[in-house]
Amino acid sequence: MSEEVDHSRRRLLTAATVGTGAIGVAFAAIPFLASWKPSARAKALGAPVEVDASKLDAGQMMKVVWRGQAVFVVRRVKGVVDQLGGHDDMLADPKSEDSKQPDYIKSSGAARARNPEYWVGLAVCTHLGCSPLGAFQPNDSFQVAGADLGANWPGGFYCPCHGSKYDLSGRVFKSMPAPKNLTVPPYAIAANARIVIGVDDAPKQIS
Amino acid sequence: MAAAPESAGTGKGLIGWIDQRFPLTKMWKEHAAEYYAPKNFNFWYYFGALSLLVLANQIVTGIFLTMSYKPSTAEAFASVEYIMRDVEWGWLIRYMHSTGASAFFIVVYLHMFRALLYGSHRKPRELVWIFGCLIFLLLMAEGFMGYVLPWGNMSYWGAQVIVSLFSSLPVIGGTLVEWIRGDYNIADPTLNRFFALHVAALPLALVFLVIAHVMALHEVGSNNPDGIDIKKYKDDKGHPLDGVPFHPYYTVKDTVGAVGFLLIFAAIIFFAPNFFGLFLESPNFEPANPLQTPPDITPVWYFTPFYAMLRAIPSAFGTQVWGVMVMGAAIVVLFFVPWLDRSPVRSIRYKGPIYKVMLAVFSVSFVTLAVCGMKPPSGIYPILARICTALYFAFFLLMPWYTKFDSVKPEPERVTGHA
Repeated sequence: MSEEVDHSRRRLLTAATVGTGAIGVAFAAIPFLASWKPSARAKALGAPVEVDASKLDAGQMMKVVWRGQAVFVVRRVKGVVDQLGGHDDMLADPKSEDSKQPDYIKSSGAARARNPEYWVGLAVCTHLGCSPLGAFQPNDSFQVAGADLGANWPGGFYCPCHGSKYDLSGRVFKSMPAPKNLTVPPYAIAANARIVIGVDDAPKQIS
Repeated sequence: MAAAPESAGTGKGLIGWIDQRFPLTKMWKEHAAEYYAPKNFNFWYYFGALSLLVLANQIVTGIFLTMSYKPSTAEAFASVEYIMRDVEWGWLIRYMHSTGASAFFIVVYLHMFRALLYGSHRKPRELVWIFGCLIFLLLMAEGFMGYVLPWGNMSYWGAQVIVSLFSSLPVIGGTLVEWIRGDYNIADPTLNRFFALHVAALPLALVFLVIAHVMALHEVGSNNPDGIDIKKYKDDKGHPLDGVPFHPYYTVKDTVGAVGFLLIFAAIIFFAPNFFGLFLESPNFEPANPLQTPPDITPVWYFTPFYAMLRAIPSAFGTQVWGVMVMGAAIVVLFFVPWLDRSPVRSIRYKGPIYKVMLAVFSVSFVTLAVCGMKPPSGIYPILARICTALYFAFFLLMPWYTKFDSVKPEPERVTGHA
């Protein structure tokens, strides 16, 4: 047996062993990292919810919980819906091109709704996830967190955390902390203003 | 450390028996009895030892809190009320922990300011500083997750806002946030994993980093208010002439500091544990409500300077990642301070007027940012926050130039008497 140590062979074997070990560690890390993803139970709890919006009077709003998030359902007054297109120049993304909404909402334009009378959107500010408040009256001097919404306020939503303002279709005004319009979740309207949040197609009438 | 080799392992009795098997006496000498620290430490040098004291307080009180706390969304809020009302002395243990969290940031901020005063981050102490910055970073994560655990309304919405920060990252943002939360929203899995990180993972990492911080310091020796090297002049035993053994000189001095600190600490625990809504915020006395954002979301006071920076930056190009990046950069820039400072002297005592002005402006900006972060984002505060954010970064990013061109006074050969 040779007294000589083959250093290059030893280095290669060491590097190969370390490399194999590193790959093993990387694979072993997968279950631990994946265990942080939403569990089967959390996914099951994310099922659609159904709301009876006919209970709302014109100008009223309700909040429902879907996937643990609050969702606005607003029944808009006819006059308000007609005025929605009138302030597009004040908005950051009037056509919702950079904002999240289902494709079937696009055709409704400024109303951003399947039925212009009912607006459905996530009550989650696109800035950092606070819940905006309804500030519906045009020319409202709505005092929240010291903010006066001003004489030209067309009515909409106001986020008390960082002062973002949205119109009544959840479209954000220019120069606000929030970058995007409020997200419109997938939803469908069945008969009698029954709104199903979380699905794209209305389920068949039961009962 | 000249005496260490021959004494190690030759003692008699129990200590001798241990020393032959474990470097007990050797470690004691290296880190206490024969660790020579400069003799001119002043008031500012209390805060390192006090940080250790508060860390011990947090670990001990924290362990006892876990014995009664329930990390589930259904039970968390009630279990904290149970600790406060029904567990014997539970209120004291919890207030020691919640006040300790704020005290931790007070002493750590002062400890960091001391480094900026006397150039304690300069060569050869860069790693001491970097370990310290990592400790600060972990401490912020620890403080944030700890604040979520009582599951009050500010816990919930604070978690919502902070976790949402990650959603602004391009491409991976949405998936990353879902991964952190373990749900489509801040929910039970989120609280449960924050508990695990807060009580096990982060404290372990924190203790490890504290040990690394102290070991790095003891390897190179402590800086001092004059910012000069005390190892230049040694006596015939090889000990620095301007050094004194850490034990008993500084153990005794730090005990005095600890007594003074504990007087104030106890007074807050007993008479103002919420500290006027700064240490424990009033919206957190109602349970988490995913449908109702508190009127003003403000983080606890120690995060408000960074939070003010986040809010000061408007969104642009359809994303608000810029504010997040500025906030992150405000922490990252700290790591580079040892290389940004180009002054030929370490201590502010021998630095010129520009550094003194810049440090004063920086301090005022930092405190102003803290105030801005607590106020609603309207009126003068957003503008003020923008100006102070610029000044905060100016202090660090212009440092290579103003420290180089600033006038300096000659450093003394030996430490000066007034201390």
